[in-house]
Amino acid sequence: MAETLLTINELVKQYGDKVILNGMNLEVHRGEVIVVVGPSGCGKSTLLRCINALEPIQGGEIRLGDEKIVYGSKNLSSIRQHIGMVFQSYDLFPHLTVIDNILLAPTKVQKRNKAEATEEAMQLLDRVGLRDKAKSYPRELSGGQKQRVAIVRALIMHPEILLFDEVTAALDPEMVREVLDVIVGLAQENKTMIIVTHEMSFAKAVADRVIFLDEGHIVEESSPDVFFEHPETERAQQFLNTFEFTPVKHPAQN
Amino acid sequence: MNWDVISEYIPLYVEAAKLTVKLGVIGIIIAILVGIVCAIISYYKVPVLKQITQVYIELSRNTPLLIQLFFIYYGLPKIGIPTNPEACGIVGLAFLGGSYMAEAFRSGLEAIEPIQEESAYSLGMNKIQTMRFVIIPQAAAISVPAFVANIIFLLKETSVFSAVSLLDLMFTAKDLIGLYYKTSEALFLLVVFYLIILLPVSVLGTLLERRLRYAGFGS
Repeated sequence: MAETLLTINELVKQYGDKVILNGMNLEVHRGEVIVVVGPSGCGKSTLLRCINALEPIQGGEIRLGDEKIVYGSKNLSSIRQHIGMVFQSYDLFPHLTVIDNILLAPTKVQKRNKAEATEEAMQLLDRVGLRDKAKSYPRELSGGQKQRVAIVRALIMHPEILLFDEVTAALDPEMVREVLDVIVGLAQENKTMIIVTHEMSFAKAVADRVIFLDEGHIVEESSPDVFFEHPETERAQQFLNTFEFTPVKHPAQN
Repeated sequence: MNWDVISEYIPLYVEAAKLTVKLGVIGIIIAILVGIVCAIISYYKVPVLKQITQVYIELSRNTPLLIQLFFIYYGLPKIGIPTNPEACGIVGLAFLGGSYMAEAFRSGLEAIEPIQEESAYSLGMNKIQTMRFVIIPQAAAISVPAFVANIIFLLKETSVFSAVSLLDLMFTAKDLIGLYYKTSEALFLLVVFYLIILLPVSVLGTLLERRLRYAGFGS
């Protein structure tokens, strides 16, 4: 098995008295695609936010390779460069053009050569089909286009792991596809990813491992085939049933 | 209206206008710096400093400049700090303007959604880089209308300087009226000179607003 990239050990996250994640354990190996599913409020997004140290945690530890990720610590900005994150809401910087959005972190944080970074940015934009939008402002783009730019902005940092937090939840159905196709492409390149999503057929296609989270625990953890066809727990079965509809029979047409 | 009187008065008003502009500009620049510091302190909720800032802002906004000037001009020498009228005017204007600027900048900073900061952090930017490249450019665009209004307000407030015997526009007008009773001419010139100073500020402000608005809004 490939080396372990991310280790989550007995993670506890609380907001006041409310326990969101209750002693969670997870190991992510290099090249693995983990899809996290679960009912809303189960702590999926919180998990990603904790991994990126956007939230303080109340117990346990999170490590990327050998480095411990600690909220508020001095070396956070260097660790975060290895973790790419794409959020649900369109989080592009509205005052910058697409190309400047993408180049901001490589040039200011990694101090990369601007010409070299621009070249890579254009290649990445080309790949997501947005080369001609480089000079546009975010407000001139559709939601799906903005999310694709956000993915490019994360990719150009060459992160070791990518976190996707319900990146299609706010999109119109026809735009969902264009964003998910980009992520499927990344999975084919063996990028390490943790994906929180409600798109079940996408999850099935892209996941190496599916994690079903409920009430702060991992309730079920299995391969996508097993999880979607024969979930072991009743709770997972119930959850999957919410995506199914029983065909309506009109007696008059029989 | 006697035009001969007016042409005779003009050089006096020019001198007075120079003083008004000089003290106004220096005072406003200091006010902007004070405002930036205060706004950043309240944005990051720095303990203790935030409370001090809050007290300062309430004290400064809820007392008239005239009273503030009297405290500085007559009060400071009593506790052994020598003052001169010009320094008084500048300090008074900065003390008053600092709180107005702080509130203008703070409203700009608070209008930026937290997700902007978080996405900058998740790209590996530190606090200073995030402030400089992501938060301030957007906040500035939002703050511009209030910022320009404050500058105009503060320039007009300099008319109170005459109370601490500064030979500004207001003092000159009152002085001339007292000496020669040519009230209409003196007041007419007073209005004209304030307009000459303030109209360009207003126009520049509108241009700045348009320029920044183009980049900052409608994400």
